[in-house]
Amino acid sequence: MDPATAAASLDAYRFLGAGLACIGMGLAAIGVGNIFGNFLSGALRNPSASDGQFARAFIGAALAEGLGIFCLVVALVLLFG
Amino acid sequence: MASPLDQFRITEIVRFGTIGESPVALTNSGLYMMIVVGLIVGGMMMSTRATALVPNRWQSFTETLYEFVANMLRESTGKEGMRFFPLVFSLFLFVLVANLVGMVPGAFTVTSHIIVTFALAILVIGTVVIYGFIKHGTHFLGLFVPSGVPVWLLPFITVIEIISFLSRPISLSLRLFANMLAGHIALKVFAGFIVSLLATAGFASILAPLPFLMTIAMVAFEIFVAGLQAYVFTVLTCIYLNDALHPGH
Repeated sequence: MDPATAAASLDAYRFLGAGLACIGMGLAAIGVGNIFGNFLSGALRNPSASDGQFARAFIGAALAEGLGIFCLVVALVLLFG
Repeated sequence: MASPLDQFRITEIVRFGTIGESPVALTNSGLYMMIVVGLIVGGMMMSTRATALVPNRWQSFTETLYEFVANMLRESTGKEGMRFFPLVFSLFLFVLVANLVGMVPGAFTVTSHIIVTFALAILVIGTVVIYGFIKHGTHFLGLFVPSGVPVWLLPFITVIEIISFLSRPISLSLRLFANMLAGHIALKVFAGFIVSLLATAGFASILAPLPFLMTIAMVAFEIFVAGLQAYVFTVLTCIYLNDALHPGH
């Protein structure tokens, strides 16, 4: 393989890898949706207890979101690193 | 058209000299940090200049902010955590105001650079480690060995706890940085759609209001995210500080 083709295929693999990393962000979205969905369904059954658990729902969402953010960083490193 | 990443470029404003190879200069990042701190200090001093028993609206706004952060800290660390209140309150206000200043069109977002958020996160984790060892000595290491776990499971749990502790500064800084970065890139990309639709000068240009409406909605969402990420950063800081105060599980 000549160097130009090799460099082009390396670029192609980088873009493929960045796209694959974005799948992880979608999975993190499922996690965040699960947390807030369950929080809402619990809160609607017992609205008086929902205020006390509000912060906890956001902490869980932040932790789940953080894992998706790692995927974004992997994608950014692949694209621009 | 400029790349969506151009808005994060750090430029020198005044150069004072060089240390070895690296320049010593006031950059736009440093300037905006000064603006943020100036806004916070100015707002706080203005609102507490003439304190009254019945507060005016500025004083009551500041008191609401104070009570918000104080309640957050008290709920997760208890009464003895209040000694960290100056740290937590400063962190909250700095992150909040930096995020909100970044939402002004054309302004530079300080928190969209990982070195800034990582410095804030390492400040928090450094406080946790140093205070934990000073207060509890080697007992602080009990943080990694939860009680009530079967003996055969203990080595695995300990390894997992150590890894999760070490990844805290990374995840704390990455969350804030990546949220700000992704939000501003998305805003810029959608704003670019307006320009490129108008530039076609054909039938497609009547569609230009659509990305404009989307940009307005996204600005509103980004302002929400700016507040939310400041809140999340502060809540996680409180939880990590709780580990330094009460290392036993």
